[in-house]
Amino acid sequence: MSTPTPGTPASPKPAAEQAQPSALKALLRHRLVWPILALVLVLIVDAIISPGFFQIRIVQGRLFGNLIDILYRGMPPAMIALGMAVVISTKGIDLSVGSIIAVTGAVMAWRIHEGDSHYVILLTALCVGLACGLWNGFLVSVLEIQPIIATLILMVSGRGIGLMINLLYGGTNPSFTSPLLQGLSTGNLGLVPTRLVVGAVMIVLVWLLVRRTAFGLFLESVGGNAKSAWLSGVSSRLILLSAYLISGLMTAVAAIILTADTHTSDPVTSGLYSELDAILAVVIGGGSLAGGRIYLDGTIIGVLVIQALTTSILTSGLPPEYNLVVKAVVVLIVLLLQSANTRAAVVSLLARRKG
Amino acid sequence: MSAIIELSGISKQFPGVRALDNVEFSVEPGETHALMGENGAGKSTLIKVMTGALQPDGGTIRLAGKEIRPESPGAARAAGIGAVYQEVNLIPTMSVTKNLTLGRLPRKFGLIDWSAARAIAKAKLARLGVDIDVERPVGSYSVAIQQLIAIARALEDDARVLVLDEPTASLDANETERLFEIIRDLKARGLGIVFISHFIDQVYRISDRITVLRNGRRVAVGTVEEIPSLKLVSLMIGRELEHVEHQRPSTETVTSSKPILTAKSVGRRRLLEPFELDLRPGEVVGLAGLLGSGRTETAKLVFGAIRHDSGEIAIDGHPSSSHSPKSSLMAGITFCPEDRKSEGIVPELSVRENIILALQSKRGWLHLLSRKEQERLTAEMIAALNIATPDAEKPVGQLSGGNQQKVLLARSLVSNPRVLILDEPTRGIDVGAHAEIVTLIRQLAAKGMALLVASSELDELLTVSHRIEVMRDRRMVGEISGAEATREKIIQTIAAAS
Repeated sequence: MSTPTPGTPASPKPAAEQAQPSALKALLRHRLVWPILALVLVLIVDAIISPGFFQIRIVQGRLFGNLIDILYRGMPPAMIALGMAVVISTKGIDLSVGSIIAVTGAVMAWRIHEGDSHYVILLTALCVGLACGLWNGFLVSVLEIQPIIATLILMVSGRGIGLMINLLYGGTNPSFTSPLLQGLSTGNLGLVPTRLVVGAVMIVLVWLLVRRTAFGLFLESVGGNAKSAWLSGVSSRLILLSAYLISGLMTAVAAIILTADTHTSDPVTSGLYSELDAILAVVIGGGSLAGGRIYLDGTIIGVLVIQALTTSILTSGLPPEYNLVVKAVVVLIVLLLQSANTRAAVVSLLARRKG
Repeated sequence: MSAIIELSGISKQFPGVRALDNVEFSVEPGETHALMGENGAGKSTLIKVMTGALQPDGGTIRLAGKEIRPESPGAARAAGIGAVYQEVNLIPTMSVTKNLTLGRLPRKFGLIDWSAARAIAKAKLARLGVDIDVERPVGSYSVAIQQLIAIARALEDDARVLVLDEPTASLDANETERLFEIIRDLKARGLGIVFISHFIDQVYRISDRITVLRNGRRVAVGTVEEIPSLKLVSLMIGRELEHVEHQRPSTETVTSSKPILTAKSVGRRRLLEPFELDLRPGEVVGLAGLLGSGRTETAKLVFGAIRHDSGEIAIDGHPSSSHSPKSSLMAGITFCPEDRKSEGIVPELSVRENIILALQSKRGWLHLLSRKEQERLTAEMIAALNIATPDAEKPVGQLSGGNQQKVLLARSLVSNPRVLILDEPTRGIDVGAHAEIVTLIRQLAAKGMALLVASSELDELLTVSHRIEVMRDRRMVGEISGAEATREKIIQTIAAAS
């Protein structure tokens, strides 16, 4: 069993790699290259299969077109994904976001039915999101339950809670109208859909919090090595708790937009699988489930990749049944491109061809 | 005598570094050959080439005269080259039997033959003179036994070369002696042993020849008689070692000043007996004791990383009601932990982010240091502590151990502390960095900082301390002031207490 393999002289490969000018390599190593490439690729395919995909028109005083549609539909997932990015950077995960949407939607429909002021309802909805985040954060940071299990509890129970709230006033999927909430969700400010303005404001707020205060550093240090962060005076518990609070709040924003859009509380299907899209967006954007880093720009691009894909499948005329499978294949390709191993292989392949 | 393994002309290039440059290395049967060098000299790379974990760019490996090109550690092991690394590569939750037979479990009628597997495991251990219950999980044994299990796993029946990378790093004196006996026994059976350690006295006790690497080149090879220790150290660091040892710090300057931190019969049940401790500006207090005597616990308790349940800690005479890392930091007390990897660095974060972490948490989350300020402080620290890093944005996890330790020191120092608590500040780092850190400790004390240094290296403590507290069995058993402190005195104090 111990036959030594006959030796051959070492291959000259690394020398060739060394000789390669580093500009292309540096570009290929930039963390946003693959997500952006994926997005461009999806859009190019769109341009080929459906002419006029990039057309943007003004219809009834507002912007219309596939690109606007991608942003429009991508806004709620982007909110959830940003919250998820915060949680994932702490080495956590929030599986309950879909259920938080269900609970928030149910509370909104119920309070509208009870006749609360719609401004109060707006605040109430945000508070419901925060309360859900507080619950998750309490389980994770104080009771030290593993995040996947801790958030699973609300994931499972949330939709039931939503249904029970509907029962409070005998409604099954009660519908409602609210000029304020629907204005936020489906209205427009000048040419621009209002929800895009709301989304942009939230993105800026999260960015300010993460990159213009020390919160981002603390998040990443807790995610990278919680013990070390604690010994350096970082209140790991508080940071963890805040991460889940932010996730809850961002999800509540998404819930307001989604619930107002559908005019109803539908706890069984609203926000279904949104946690998976959010996690995927974070990962496509370069985030690691092992925590330690947060990439807000990458996450937004991740959301756009997923949304562009969904929209293009719909506009391509492909039967909707194919949607999920095509999506899965494209996501797989993006993730393969991102893996360090594949990337190294691609880089060295390019280097060899050039050299 | 012909070499059992012979590496010639080995080169290995990593992006930006020539890790190995035309290196020659050979081991004869029945020989223990020490491979020495500072961190980054190329020891690990050479070992990885030898054991198939890395493919060399050039050069040949001959095993018993035949040229081999091991493609993986598994292939190398099958060829007869076994290796055991500092961090034991066993699965702690699995039984000893499974760990020893994993991947080549004996089968009978297609099913695993567990009794045969147990017999194999027992036989493998018996070759090392170890007799333990092979059904217990590996994790339930001491690190020393785990090390022996790892050696047993590395040695195929027809093994010819055994590589031991820092095998004694977590062993106490008795355990080390037992390991050496096993090494002598394996030597007698004609195996070639490659021994890597930063304990220089151990190298001289066990080795026949020494090869010294520096910056990827072999700078010397010779018998232990040909390379005495002073020559070895200067070969390793490439300059004459300035003799820092045993220049005692003078004691008279500090004893009169008021203590910054006072611990009054502070302790924690089942962990640490109550003790008294004063930390004064300009004074270095050493914590001496054997492994497990409570040094680390004392340091952590003083810092607030372990909560005390009796006594009182006062800072500037005011009792500290909720003593925690955060409150200590706010009061100007910082701590560099012993376990760099699990408690010290945040590996994915950059050198800059690691260095400013404590200062930033002292300032609070709202008052982010400007990027410019961060870069200035980092550049200052990199220069002051001589941290070897290509730039401040490199993830700390990619630096060598000594430089990681310096980054941790920088994290403490940049927050401008009055009290600095160091737990094993020089563990696992190379000779050059060691001397730099010792010098730094003295400079800090001279500037008026209070230091508490826990260390297993008595010489280090004797060099820096004004006062040494001796620990034994989780109790402070004696205090020796700097002037009268000697190795013998400390050992006597440990031995006398009972």
